[in-house]
Amino acid sequence: MPDPGQGLFYGLLEPNEEKVIEEMARKMLTSPNATIFPGPLLLWAWNDHAVEKAKATLEIAAQIPQVMIIPMPDYRPKYPKIDPEEVINPNHPNLTIWGNKIEACIFIGVHCHYANLTLKMIRAGTNCCTMAICAEQGHEDAMLTIRDSDTVKIKRVAQIFKKVREEMGIKLPDNGENVRFTGTQSKVHGGKTHTNPTTFAPSPGGTGSAAMFGHSPENMKREG
Amino acid sequence: MSEALEAQQKTNPQGDPITSVAAPKSDGKKDPHADAKRQKIVTPEYMFHEAPRTKEFITGSEAAKEAIRRSNVDLAVAYPITPQSETMQLVGVLYGEGYVKEYYRGEEEVGVMAAIAGGSRSGVRCFTATAGPGTLRGMEGIASWPGHRLPAVAMFTCRVVNAPLAIQPDNIEVAYLLNCGMIVFHAENQQDMFDFIMAGFAISEKNDVTLPVGVCCDGFFVTHARGYVRMQDRGIKLPPREAWRGAVPVLDAENPPARLSRDAPVQKSNFMAYNIHAVWQQEVWAAVERSRKYISKYMGGMLTAENVEGADAVIIASGSACAQSREAVRLCKEKGLNVGLIKVRSLRPFPTQELRQLCGKVKLIVVPEFNYVGWLAKEVATAIYGYSKAKIIGGPRVYGGQSMPVELIVDEVESGLTGKKSTNVALSSIMGGAVNPDEVAHFMRSI
Repeated sequence: MPDPGQGLFYGLLEPNEEKVIEEMARKMLTSPNATIFPGPLLLWAWNDHAVEKAKATLEIAAQIPQVMIIPMPDYRPKYPKIDPEEVINPNHPNLTIWGNKIEACIFIGVHCHYANLTLKMIRAGTNCCTMAICAEQGHEDAMLTIRDSDTVKIKRVAQIFKKVREEMGIKLPDNGENVRFTGTQSKVHGGKTHTNPTTFAPSPGGTGSAAMFGHSPENMKREG
Repeated sequence: MSEALEAQQKTNPQGDPITSVAAPKSDGKKDPHADAKRQKIVTPEYMFHEAPRTKEFITGSEAAKEAIRRSNVDLAVAYPITPQSETMQLVGVLYGEGYVKEYYRGEEEVGVMAAIAGGSRSGVRCFTATAGPGTLRGMEGIASWPGHRLPAVAMFTCRVVNAPLAIQPDNIEVAYLLNCGMIVFHAENQQDMFDFIMAGFAISEKNDVTLPVGVCCDGFFVTHARGYVRMQDRGIKLPPREAWRGAVPVLDAENPPARLSRDAPVQKSNFMAYNIHAVWQQEVWAAVERSRKYISKYMGGMLTAENVEGADAVIIASGSACAQSREAVRLCKEKGLNVGLIKVRSLRPFPTQELRQLCGKVKLIVVPEFNYVGWLAKEVATAIYGYSKAKIIGGPRVYGGQSMPVELIVDEVESGLTGKKSTNVALSSIMGGAVNPDEVAHFMRSI
């Protein structure tokens, strides 16, 4: 596991975490169906800190053309059947990876135990490149991971993504709508296919949350 | 711990050591919680490595009580069973003094372990203690704690578990605890009991660990006997549990993401991927592995080695067997034998790498134990297989309440070094590279 300031780079300790973040950016910018999986620590407005981290995460999303955002709002098994476009779940994360043909993903805001379960299962059963931006000590089961990720560091990650994207000559859409909706999200948003992530910036009141990505209270009721 | 930090031990007019573990006299007007309210929070680093200590002469149960006094415990649940009853009774005294926030007696051990699970899941710091049959009665709950990632400290004051009923010391129950995914320490004496419990809370609650810690000791030998214990001032305590940064969310009965009282738990296996339980188990044991660095940080390592470098033979022991082994080392020295001692403090995680390094050139290893099955000898043999050609004598073993004369250990060292056949250890319990398999086969055919 990395010490503060370090990262994990495909199983090896990397003394300079910026190198790990740059590789994260390259993978997210070049892999088919790159996806950010925000977890409960970002999706629920527990406190102002959670809200700020969620906003900073959207800044990362804003740098990745065609990126998808699929939430992990809770850790309960989904029944009778998971909709892999709606949510990812630690009890069957491989279904979401397979169902959306995701080849690179970032986990952020997931409690460490459930992140580890999820990362292990994805690693064992898919060819997806897994990345974890962790608020604690990082994740040995992620191919790329950084640790101690508070709001300041997440904002720095967004800046590094911007730098790498510009170095690679990858442009963002002029209207700022770079996040690609999943099918379920598209239905919720009247058939729109893309959106500007910064318009989803949450507030302490909770107007932006899992619900904004199609995971409504009605959905949860349906799940039992 | 430097001697300079130790204050002089107090004695009464007869010269006997007196202790400060008893409840202070009250005039009836003083707030009984006043001292507890005045406790100051210090960092674990200060508590374990820097705080001045005073030496007192107390029992293991009193040492556990004093550890709890300084550990900022929220919830303690008791159910009496010998030889643990006095320990939790003393923790109850702490509740009366305000050092423990909540305390009650459970219905029996199933209820106690379930209550500890509930308390830990809801985010508070929990402690309990049990022994022998109580451990096994509570085992379903205990074995589920690691899977639920529940930090807590449980003290096991080991005693006989099997029929016929007895209350005597015997640490067979450790064998049942080793494979349930919790961290397991084995205390040799009252000092270990004090230190391991406090360190246990700090290690248990680390985010990348988030596991229960079991602190075992050999009942009566440690719980009821007195020993010197160096303790920090009772006016300081560990920081409270920061449940919000645990590896799992705390239980909220009504709100996601852990709305367990209403939602199907993971046992709804038909709605889960086939391999969730597999990765779950991997994660629990990965967390056990991740605790190693914290054991080094707060306890100074998973084992201690005395006189091992260049020794002809090494005794490897845990718990009370260490004290007997230390005396055996002294007797061996008088006989001109150069013998070392390795004291295993952490059984889970097990100090595999350390033992491989220490035992690489050793010719003879003797593993005395206070149980019939020899769980430590098996652990040692498994750990060093292929890394040492040492002959491993899995014994002597005493059980059912027997004491262990140090001469038994000395005999095994002497016979092991001279090639003389042992009179106390069965050939089937002798392992390692220097063992003649034909002799063992003959023995097994003959019994």
